[in-house]
Amino acid sequence: MAGTLLDVQNVTKRFGGFTALNEVNLQVHEGERFGLIGPNGSGKTTLINCVSGSLPNDGGRVLFQGRDITGLPAHQRTRLGIARTFQIPKPFPSMTVLQNLCIPLEYAAPARSHGAPRDDVAAEAMEILRLIGLQAKADVPSIGLNQIEMRKLELARAMAAKPRLLISDEAMAGLSSAEVDDILANLFALNERGITIIMIEHIMRAVMRFSERIIVLDAGEKIAEGTPDQILHNPAVEKAYLGE
Amino acid sequence: MFSFDLLLNVVVAGVLLGGFYAAVSLGISLSFGLLDVVNIAHPVFVILGSYAAYAANSSFGLDPILTGVLFTPLFYLLGVAVYRVYYASFEKKGEESLRGLVFFFGLMFIIEVALLLTFGVDYRLVEASYIGESLRIGSIGIALRLLVPCLVGLLMTAGLYLFLGKTFYGKAVMGVSQDSLALRLMGADPIRIKTIGFGLAIATASLAGALLILIGPVEPSIGREYIGRVFAITVLGGMGSIGGTLVASIILGVAESLMSTFSGPSWAVAVSFSILLVGLAVRPAGLFGR
Amino acid sequence: MKRAVPLATGLGVVVVALLLTRLGGNPYYYFAAYVIFQYVVLATAWNILGGYTGYVNFGSAAFFALGAYTAVVLILQFKAPLPVLILAGGLVAGFLGLGIGYLTLRLRGVFFSIATLALAVVLQTMVVNWEYVGGARGINVVRPAAILWFRTYVEFLFVVMVLLAVVSATVAWWLQHSWIGRGLAAIRDNEEAAECMGVPTLRLKLFATTVSGFLMGVAGAPFPYYVTLVEPASAFDLNYAVNSLAMPMIGGTTTWVGPVIGAVLLGTAQQVATVTISSALNLLIVGVVLVAFVILAPQGIVGLARKVWGGRAT
Repeated sequence: MAGTLLDVQNVTKRFGGFTALNEVNLQVHEGERFGLIGPNGSGKTTLINCVSGSLPNDGGRVLFQGRDITGLPAHQRTRLGIARTFQIPKPFPSMTVLQNLCIPLEYAAPARSHGAPRDDVAAEAMEILRLIGLQAKADVPSIGLNQIEMRKLELARAMAAKPRLLISDEAMAGLSSAEVDDILANLFALNERGITIIMIEHIMRAVMRFSERIIVLDAGEKIAEGTPDQILHNPAVEKAYLGE
Repeated sequence: MFSFDLLLNVVVAGVLLGGFYAAVSLGISLSFGLLDVVNIAHPVFVILGSYAAYAANSSFGLDPILTGVLFTPLFYLLGVAVYRVYYASFEKKGEESLRGLVFFFGLMFIIEVALLLTFGVDYRLVEASYIGESLRIGSIGIALRLLVPCLVGLLMTAGLYLFLGKTFYGKAVMGVSQDSLALRLMGADPIRIKTIGFGLAIATASLAGALLILIGPVEPSIGREYIGRVFAITVLGGMGSIGGTLVASIILGVAESLMSTFSGPSWAVAVSFSILLVGLAVRPAGLFGR
Repeated sequence: MKRAVPLATGLGVVVVALLLTRLGGNPYYYFAAYVIFQYVVLATAWNILGGYTGYVNFGSAAFFALGAYTAVVLILQFKAPLPVLILAGGLVAGFLGLGIGYLTLRLRGVFFSIATLALAVVLQTMVVNWEYVGGARGINVVRPAAILWFRTYVEFLFVVMVLLAVVSATVAWWLQHSWIGRGLAAIRDNEEAAECMGVPTLRLKLFATTVSGFLMGVAGAPFPYYVTLVEPASAFDLNYAVNSLAMPMIGGTTTWVGPVIGAVLLGTAQQVATVTISSALNLLIVGVVLVAFVILAPQGIVGLARKVWGGRAT
């Protein structure tokens, strides 16, 4: 049985008087394909922000590989091996697709390459682009991409940080069925390489197919946890999504 | 020589000054606090209002406050025009941070220098029947040239507060930066709402400028002192909170009045900057922040 | 090989400047040229924080004047030599940059910009109240007599400023092509994404602010010897804030070349214009040109050139 990679303990986050996350607990195991679902506004992205370090949490701890990373700034967590994509893609507009990948390769990856030289960054970037299927667009300015290409760039860029844990935040929203399958294939391939993946999605068929375990959030609290099958038949989940 | 009377007078003067500062800061509270448009040129629009009041006063003998009120619709249109350019050139493209700031900076000193070229560097002032008069309440002397701007400032604050809280467009302006989707569903175009909001912000500059020249003589570059003040007030008072703006204005007014009396007038400027820095460091959301 | 060419060019420029002084010529040209090269330093310095990192500094005058007044203090106290003045001016201004950055860079970029706006006013107030450096009246500094083989001290200052301009441009060029520069560009493009991609954004921003402030202070350090009468009104002149911002914006903000082009073009135009038009009108024109460029040609002259002549490597 693989060890616990990410351990979220009683994490709470408040915005003024509003509690976005209320003592959320979850554990993700190494190599796992983990799903995180919940209605809009349930706190999924807030949770991800607290894990990645984009937001400080108000209570609880976050442990990564057994180490307490609570309070560490995001860039240090990335260097430790946590990478994330953004719901609304945030490419670096003044750079080409390839150059976008060079940033995490130069800043995040070396920390865990244990002394590997900084040359051949471009070659590594091309490798990742090939894996994702964007190699033809390597020298295109990143703002010139279409929807699905942007999403792939988000994934590729997160990959370039050489993460142990990759968090994909609604990478498939608004995509066609074929495009969803494309991204899904990418994620499966990444997981095959040993990367633990947390997928946040609204597209149920994707989450159900992809995840080994799923956690459901509603109004900042965990209301269910289990295999896709268990979640599908959980009355609390149904209630959260459909109301009574 | 320290006396309680002196302290009381200084504090009262500070409160009155604060009421006036509120009038100047309302525009920033609107445009920066609510609409997220960093219009650093706002103080210079206020100065523009001062000169309008001066011109009307010296040519036609018009009371400055009257001029301020009369010119308000003109300033509103000016604000609408400026926002349209700002939106089309920057906000739409998502480049409002660097380029938008530079735009307003350029606008700021274009207006300042234009005023300089038109009116020269000399201080200008207005003549009105109530300047130079003062009331006495016990041991406190209240100069009318401070009292009148304070009262008008309070009126403006109350008016804006009611507008934002009670009217459809007002509430739309308050909500536009937070939830433009909800606005759209209500049938309101967020861009139109922002245009109205920004126009309103510049409109306040007309009357605020009239009040400024009542308080004291004006020359083109004094807008620069006010930049620190209005942003300190907006940050301290909580971005977009009208009530907070008033409270913060009074705090700043009193602090400056005390500093000016006991340390010398030239240090008053440093007060706002210090308050701004402290405010940013300690409570970026301000006293009443959202 | 790639590094040798720019360095050689830079040295070449300094040598040409030296030779020019041997040729003589109207001393006024040296006064004017000094100002232009001073703006090359200021514009380049501004751009490291503004164009490369995306943080707008409205208070260039504060850093420049701090460099100048540091020099004044050192001249009065120790009669320190010029290299010491330059280094000290740079260090003090760099420290100011670090301080302002530390206080405001954890917040949104606009707060940094607002703080710099207010900073110049506050610093000027402090200097005006400081009798040691002459307060509002200013102070007279004795310009040394001619030095080495130069005819006048101003010609020496001119060459020094050319050297400083070359050094700043070299720093900007190196930064642009380095991994630090790429990190700064990522911050400018999307700070949140940069932070999540492993870029230590706060540290890099503080670095940029410090380097930028340092170079501005360096530009200000020779100022006392240049003007001989140092007064707050001229040291904190609005021109410095406007020009150090307008020159890169007009020249082009993404490369080291833009500020140089902007400084040379705009600086020369202003030096020519001061003879014919008032300085206020001059400022007005700069303002209008700046706003026009920001709206219509945001990539500046370098951007326009790229569009006309296709890709160009720098």
